Amino acid sequence: MVRDGCSQWLEADGPEKDVVVSSRVRLARNLAGYPFVHKARADEREQIIEVVRGVLNGIGGDIGTGSRESGGGVEWVDLCELPKLERGLLVERHLISKQHSKGSQPRGVAVSSSDESLSIMVNEEDHLRIQVLQPGIALDNALEEIGRVDDHIEAQLDIAYSPRFGYLTACPTNVGTGLRVSAMLHLPGLRLSGEIEKVRKAAKAMNIAVRGFYGEGSDVAGDFYQLSNQVTLGKSEQDILGSFAGQFLPDIVEYERSARRSMLDSRRLVVEDQVFRALGTLTHARQLKADEVLDLLSYLRFGVCTGVIDMPLDVVGKLVLLTQPSHLQRLCGARLDQAERRVERACLVRKTLSEAGV
Amino acid sequence: MKRKCDFCDSEAVVHEITLAGGKKIEKHLCEMHAMEEGFEAEGGGASGFLTSKIVLAAGQKQPAGKPGKREGCSDCGTTFDEFRKTGLLGCSNCYEAFEEQLGPLLQRAHDGATHHVGKIPSRAGSSVDRQQRLTALRRQLSDAVEAEQYERAATLRDEIITTEQDAGLRRGTAASEGEV
Repeated sequence: MVRDGCSQWLEADGPEKDVVVSSRVRLARNLAGYPFVHKARADEREQIIEVVRGVLNGIGGDIGTGSRESGGGVEWVDLCELPKLERGLLVERHLISKQHSKGSQPRGVAVSSSDESLSIMVNEEDHLRIQVLQPGIALDNALEEIGRVDDHIEAQLDIAYSPRFGYLTACPTNVGTGLRVSAMLHLPGLRLSGEIEKVRKAAKAMNIAVRGFYGEGSDVAGDFYQLSNQVTLGKSEQDILGSFAGQFLPDIVEYERSARRSMLDSRRLVVEDQVFRALGTLTHARQLKADEVLDLLSYLRFGVCTGVIDMPLDVVGKLVLLTQPSHLQRLCGARLDQAERRVERACLVRKTLSEAGV
Repeated sequence: MKRKCDFCDSEAVVHEITLAGGKKIEKHLCEMHAMEEGFEAEGGGASGFLTSKIVLAAGQKQPAGKPGKREGCSDCGTTFDEFRKTGLLGCSNCYEAFEEQLGPLLQRAHDGATHHVGKIPSRAGSSVDRQQRLTALRRQLSDAVEAEQYERAATLRDEIITTEQDAGLRRGTAASEGEV
């Protein structure tokens, strides 16, 4: 079911894309009258899936476009039936979590077929994990879209809620609004200038979590950082969004840009040397490791955003996704071991960059 | 030196210190005697006792409806110790069952907040009522089946189905569901 190439939303141009790769909002919801997922029996999990699938009609067509004419709706994917490689594709596209890709219990995901910007995980840590992804900074829009999906679902289903604690979730760190707003940032300037620790400290003081490329529990790779709110109780959805997107995020974006400018002003030769060394490796290497390619593409992205290299930014974005193990194997149409993947990865990078005229 | 069980020579794996009326009562139990005394093994199996733990109990009787540390949520059986270990509550009712213990924890996690502010589901009021009603009905049904009161069980089952339909949790009619 997963479309070829990469998610359409990733190809779109987004505001502040030089620093903000993507925006994401997610809501944690549980159905009233059922135990939370980890306490639910297999038959209860099946029932939850059935109930949720019953209300999916009418969702998805309007996501990201504001128009139902775009069609599509959502497509249901039974993760117990889906082969491992396809599950890997969904993880790499951030449509499901790593945790959700594993296990044998009844679980699934609904994905908007038009552009893959909406996903609804069923039976992850909570009965429902609804998320909307957008390119660049677009959290206002994403929150509006997710609100529509949430309204549609809760107009038909009783959702676990208490007047004191709000929306009830399996883990109390999500209780209240159940809302997590996050942005994937590319911060090479702050990392290279040694300022990234200041960002971490400032984020901690503002109750903002700093995570790696795949969110919770993942390492930072290629200077990509996922920042998100931690407080979900005692603040309204608009306040959560406001303090994150209205206050914190613009400051970090400006901080990163100023770090990039000052590096180019004071150490242009060093920056250019690093960027072109990365490009040299990417255009000539015969074997590339997964983490290595992310680091090199990070330098390339840095070079493109600062005007050191002239090439379209979306080519770098696509390579970040397509060089990951599942996408690479899908593209080659075969299962590959690690050594084979390294060769194919290097081959794909050389070909793509050559086609882009680099 | 490892402490021995109060009842035999085996090593004690559960240590309970109870404070009642200013008096300290200690219990040190091996795996077998801990199970006999009604301690729950974490993770459900006997091996759950392999890690020693110290239980500090208040000694007073818990207020009605509020489970103690070893006593579980009345709906799903999750204990507070289990929650501490996994970080996950078992069901909606756990929030009510462990309200007192969760309070300070939520404040720490949510920058001092104690109450929800923000969106309220459109069906909130009736949803909470239905949630409680479903829980009660399901408990009555299981009691009725155990007591072999099949007529009563059939009536309860129909009530559950109707309530589930109202909650959007079920489609179709009670009559089409077949016999208990």
